[in-house]
Amino acid sequence: MTDSNSISLNQVSKWYPSHKAVSDVDLFVPEGCLMALVGHNGAGKTTLMKLILGLIRPTAGNLTILGKDPCDRDAFNRREGIGFLPENVSFEPNMTGRELIRFYARLKHESDKRCFELMETVGLGDAIDRRLKTYSKGMKQRLGLAQALLGKPRLLLLDEPTSGLDPAARQQFYDIIRDLRNEGVTILLCSHVLTELEAQTDAVTVMNSGRVVASGSLEQLRERAGLPLNIRVTVKEGMTEKIATPLRQHQAQITRLNGRHLELECPPQAKMQLLRHLGELGSVVEDIELFNSSLDQLYAVFSTRKGA
Amino acid sequence: MNAIWTIAGKEFKDALRNRWILAATALLALLALSLAFVGTAPVGSVRASMMQVTVISLASLSVFLVPLIALMLSYDTIVGDIERGSMLLLMTYPVSRWQLIFGKFLGHSFILSLATTVGYGSAGILIAANAESTSAQDWGAFAGLIGSTILLGSAFISLGYLLSVMVKERATAIGLAVAVWLFFVLLYDMAVLGILVVDQGETLKADLVNLLLLFNPADSFRLLNLTGFDGTAALSGMSSIAGRAILPPWFALGALGAWIMIPFTISGFLFSRREL
Repeated sequence: MTDSNSISLNQVSKWYPSHKAVSDVDLFVPEGCLMALVGHNGAGKTTLMKLILGLIRPTAGNLTILGKDPCDRDAFNRREGIGFLPENVSFEPNMTGRELIRFYARLKHESDKRCFELMETVGLGDAIDRRLKTYSKGMKQRLGLAQALLGKPRLLLLDEPTSGLDPAARQQFYDIIRDLRNEGVTILLCSHVLTELEAQTDAVTVMNSGRVVASGSLEQLRERAGLPLNIRVTVKEGMTEKIATPLRQHQAQITRLNGRHLELECPPQAKMQLLRHLGELGSVVEDIELFNSSLDQLYAVFSTRKGA
Repeated sequence: MNAIWTIAGKEFKDALRNRWILAATALLALLALSLAFVGTAPVGSVRASMMQVTVISLASLSVFLVPLIALMLSYDTIVGDIERGSMLLLMTYPVSRWQLIFGKFLGHSFILSLATTVGYGSAGILIAANAESTSAQDWGAFAGLIGSTILLGSAFISLGYLLSVMVKERATAIGLAVAVWLFFVLLYDMAVLGILVVDQGETLKADLVNLLLLFNPADSFRLLNLTGFDGTAALSGMSSIAGRAILPPWFALGALGAWIMIPFTISGFLFSRREL
């Protein structure tokens, strides 16, 4: 457990009388890292966030958030350094955006000027004086984000932040997130929407029934999952049959074949050998495209495995 | 300390925005005025002070209405925020649970105080303008009514908080709020009366009955208003009890104070232990 981890969980469990929400979780998020936490509904993601926030105490194990136990008395003063966007939050519908953000800003000792700046950042500058009941789901989500960014947090916990956002708003949302990460903010993000996370995350943790089933960078996870690599080869007209036969000797499986295109699957370790062979074919091969397994596929592999 | 004021301010503004304060104030003012002008008509030649008669009628009605208003204001304050998800968020802010519940309490009792003072106060001014003469004693009794109504309301806000931290769902809280109201406002008195009738004054003496009344905030309020002031005591027909009473008004006042402090402290304690 080093100081460079913003979040470290050691064998943390949280059991309720009715069910085991989280069991034996080890999770380390280095400072300035953007970690995605993925898993089914009920996999224990929200419980994990509550544990990190110090809202509930673990049944077993210990955790250190920004260098302190989150249930500590000291940690209370550090709450200003943590921003949180809950999954479901309904704000008082009769309040205006301005009233709401100022209420939260006061509690975090943040100036009015800064909270209006934040409303601009999340794109709610024009809607600031409208009542919250007129806000769309996406606007409420952005208001939630503005609230989480109050007080210059060093750690951000975002629970399903992009649910209900349209593609443009999502893009805008990830722009903000990227800026924050570049400033060195540690971000833990829960999401179901996996494809959009791929380009953003430094590391991924997959949870299933309260346990961490996989954790690491996307490359590490791909390696561990051992999913075959997809290769699409474009060749000169009518040459496909001719090159298909020798390729089979290189552990490749032909999945689709027509006049000009060949689709192959091969184990990741056979990749280079296969590519070299394709290179030797010279001008017959016109194009090679490689497809890494997507986060969706990885997730499907890991989420069906029980235990790490 | 700042956090407490911020929370209290939000509760107050919320009540202002959703017209809660307006409705409660208007209700109390209407009630006070109708009692003053209709209720005092049959006084006739007794030459009782119009103000003091109004105080007595108002006190009897406050006992029913104000606890209801207070419970409706407070029953969902904690459980409602938990259900809406805003509690989870708020608890990640640098606000302790004691600060939160105390801020809410300040806000709610201020809302109730404002409604009572403005509602009853405006009626009081109208009565004074119509009465032939108003003595300082009249004003004293009226101010006493407003003050004790605020205490009564605060005691029931406190009880409402206790319900709100104990239950898991809002629906349970509202059911319990009605039960609490029924118990303290109606059933408790009926039970005491029943025991008195059965007992025929054998074992239950007047001072013991007085003591029993302190175990109910609504009765403490009655005791304070109907016997606490000389003028009203004579008019309220409670003078026979009050005359024999060995309990000075301080007891009723203390009992009301305890009814505010004890449920509030318990709810703060339960809330700080509760897992979200």
